[in-house]
Amino acid sequence: MSFEYAPAPESRAVVTIKPKYGHFIGGKFVAGTKLFPTINPATEEILSHIALAGKADVDAAVKAARKAYTTTWSKMSGKERGKYLFRIARIMQERAREFAVLETLDNGKPIRESRDVDVPLAAAHFFYHAGWADKLEYAGLGTSPKAHGVAGQIIPWNFPLLMLAWKVAPALAAGNTVVLKPAETTSLTALLFAEVCQQAELPAGVVNIVTGDGTTGAMIVNHPGIDKIAFTGSTEVGKIIARAVAPTHKSVTLELGGKAANIVFEDAAIDEAVEGIVNGIFFNQGHVCCAGSRLLLQENIAEEVVEKLKSRMTKIRVADPMDKNTDLGAINSKEQLLKITELSSVGDSEGGQRWSAPCELPSKGFWFAPTIFTGVSQSHRIAREEIFGPVLSVLTFRTPQEAIDKANNTPFGLSAGIWSEKGSKVLWASQQLRAGVIWANTFNKFDPTSPFGGYKESGWGREGGRHGLSAYLKGVSHD
Amino acid sequence: MKFYGLVDGTDASLKKYLGSLPGVDQVGADARAAMLATRSIKTTSKRWAIDTAISMVDLTTLEGADTPGKVQALCTKAVRPDPTDPTVPSVGAVCVYNDMVDIARTHLDLIGGAHVGVAAVSTAFPSGRASMPVKIQDTKDAIDAGASEIDMVIDRGAFLSGRYIEVFNEIVAIREICGTKAHLKVIFETGELVTYDNVRKASFLAMAAGADFIKTSTGKVAPAATAPVVLIMLEAVRDFYSMTKSRIGVKPAGGIRNTKDAIKQLVLVNETAGPEWLTPSLFRIGASALLNDLLMQRMKMDDGYYASPQYVTLD
Repeated sequence: MSFEYAPAPESRAVVTIKPKYGHFIGGKFVAGTKLFPTINPATEEILSHIALAGKADVDAAVKAARKAYTTTWSKMSGKERGKYLFRIARIMQERAREFAVLETLDNGKPIRESRDVDVPLAAAHFFYHAGWADKLEYAGLGTSPKAHGVAGQIIPWNFPLLMLAWKVAPALAAGNTVVLKPAETTSLTALLFAEVCQQAELPAGVVNIVTGDGTTGAMIVNHPGIDKIAFTGSTEVGKIIARAVAPTHKSVTLELGGKAANIVFEDAAIDEAVEGIVNGIFFNQGHVCCAGSRLLLQENIAEEVVEKLKSRMTKIRVADPMDKNTDLGAINSKEQLLKITELSSVGDSEGGQRWSAPCELPSKGFWFAPTIFTGVSQSHRIAREEIFGPVLSVLTFRTPQEAIDKANNTPFGLSAGIWSEKGSKVLWASQQLRAGVIWANTFNKFDPTSPFGGYKESGWGREGGRHGLSAYLKGVSHD
Repeated sequence: MKFYGLVDGTDASLKKYLGSLPGVDQVGADARAAMLATRSIKTTSKRWAIDTAISMVDLTTLEGADTPGKVQALCTKAVRPDPTDPTVPSVGAVCVYNDMVDIARTHLDLIGGAHVGVAAVSTAFPSGRASMPVKIQDTKDAIDAGASEIDMVIDRGAFLSGRYIEVFNEIVAIREICGTKAHLKVIFETGELVTYDNVRKASFLAMAAGADFIKTSTGKVAPAATAPVVLIMLEAVRDFYSMTKSRIGVKPAGGIRNTKDAIKQLVLVNETAGPEWLTPSLFRIGASALLNDLLMQRMKMDDGYYASPQYVTLD
């Protein structure tokens, strides 16, 4: 007797993918010169060809953004700007299914997550910041804070639309115009968002989207016509950007890597902690900068938790991301799969015990089974380096202080998780942890009102909430 | 070994056993149940789930207005839920008050329904507010009348005031009366226990005391079989199995009225306790209106359209 779930694929009929795309500059789609393919990582099917922006394209985009800033957007009242943001938010909700399907096709993440997490949260960011647009005097920066001007924004491939929303919504609410570059493997939802901007009749040039790879990103970072850089991505690239903008007038926020400790104390609600561990590392295939990739278990419950975790992992459904029952989708690219595979081999050679959930991986596309390494210590590379995949390192500790020491013993400091039913311990631990976001008895929860960002090499600045908004504003004293 | 070797029957050992259970985080449990409710069950798996759910129904009538005629009609429906389609399985059991057990058993046997069980609600159902001798007699009467399953209620008052040992001893006493003649289902009335921590405690208490099944509710109190409550009980039987190698059944009852809800329950079972529990001997659904919706969905799958309710029988 067995309960096999029959295929339940979401229909892709709701999206129309054009054979090729250009850039969105000055309110219009303009053809690109050089094209490159973008694929569905679950099938390796070529979805479309997108343009690689060169200097001329970036110049045109910055020029359009500057013009929109000086002639329209900076002159418009906050109340009017807010109306556009509300309009965009509503259109995103109306077209939610379209966004979700396209995101899943282009990124490889399960439709359940793009449908239930990415798209609703992206719309929520626009709604939240729409409310800020006419209330900037309450942002804590004086009575009339000013926008920077033109913001250059470079976003990653793990949450393409959501990261766009995190960047574009506060920038626009604060009165900036933007030049945004999506990641080269996941540009399609940004281009659909460009259509939404047209549909919302957003003034031309307020949002400009150029597609391309790291070379395009570098052009944005180094462009003299840009006043503010916002980047989400690897710490390695973040350091390059920091160096590049250091001698310039540009403001910068960086949201970089992480190696979050997820700490389970002996008095945790074990079953819910196991769910939180799974959500912490296997949500979005582990392609999450704040993923709970280091599990710290109190030794007296370690065996029980690992056993329960393994049993839970056998229930993770690794399959076609378009299937509504899929829990873990495809790895976003061949390069990322290679990186995950390589770092996992390092885990083996360093003596970690690898265990992967038994599951049949599709023959085409890029896949990695949910995996844990037990017997890992602080000196293992897989406990220090960001794997950015569905691979969890399991460490143990004996006392609460040891847990904190180990958790903080990393160059990163983006997020952390605490699992305990004892309130005093939760409060104590959260005061000791050096991480920008600390979840207690939950993990990977996001909200536009809550600032997100890192300590140490995990980044500069915050996104979301009042803190995130202020990154797009100058206080009067700076004028 | 008595009580699976988990407790020795003393108050102290029971308190220690229940005190060792990890807590339940309500937000996390709700989130897990909500996530599992998004599973999309289609085509062949839906068909399988509908038939499996039918075979797990404890078709119930627990009304002051129950009569022999009403109970006999229910029995007929239980054996052949759809008289036009012999491939529809019989339900797991009929569930009645103890004075109707004899009528149900006799009628079931008469119409070729010997394989359908008769469950009697017992121990001063639904409140459980009676003296122990009354509860014992209640149970004895039902078994003497031919009940193959006893659905007893726990004393929620004793549980909520921390007199766990009284609850434990009552279950042990009823278990003894059931002996090998009847399966024992223990009803917690989770709507009165309220917290998930209590649901977990009650689950482990009842299992150690000898329950064959743990059951959410009487159907007389709302909320009844909510998804998180069933999730916690399924986690409990799963963990109890890993401790004792004994599989205890789970019966949600109350509030499961349509096919969608029933399939969600099966998904909870499948992904929590595991596929071993997807059998009427380990999972039952206490319901009355549910059966007709299952039949209508089954007909829809065969015919491609929804029939009028006149095409499913009323009983």
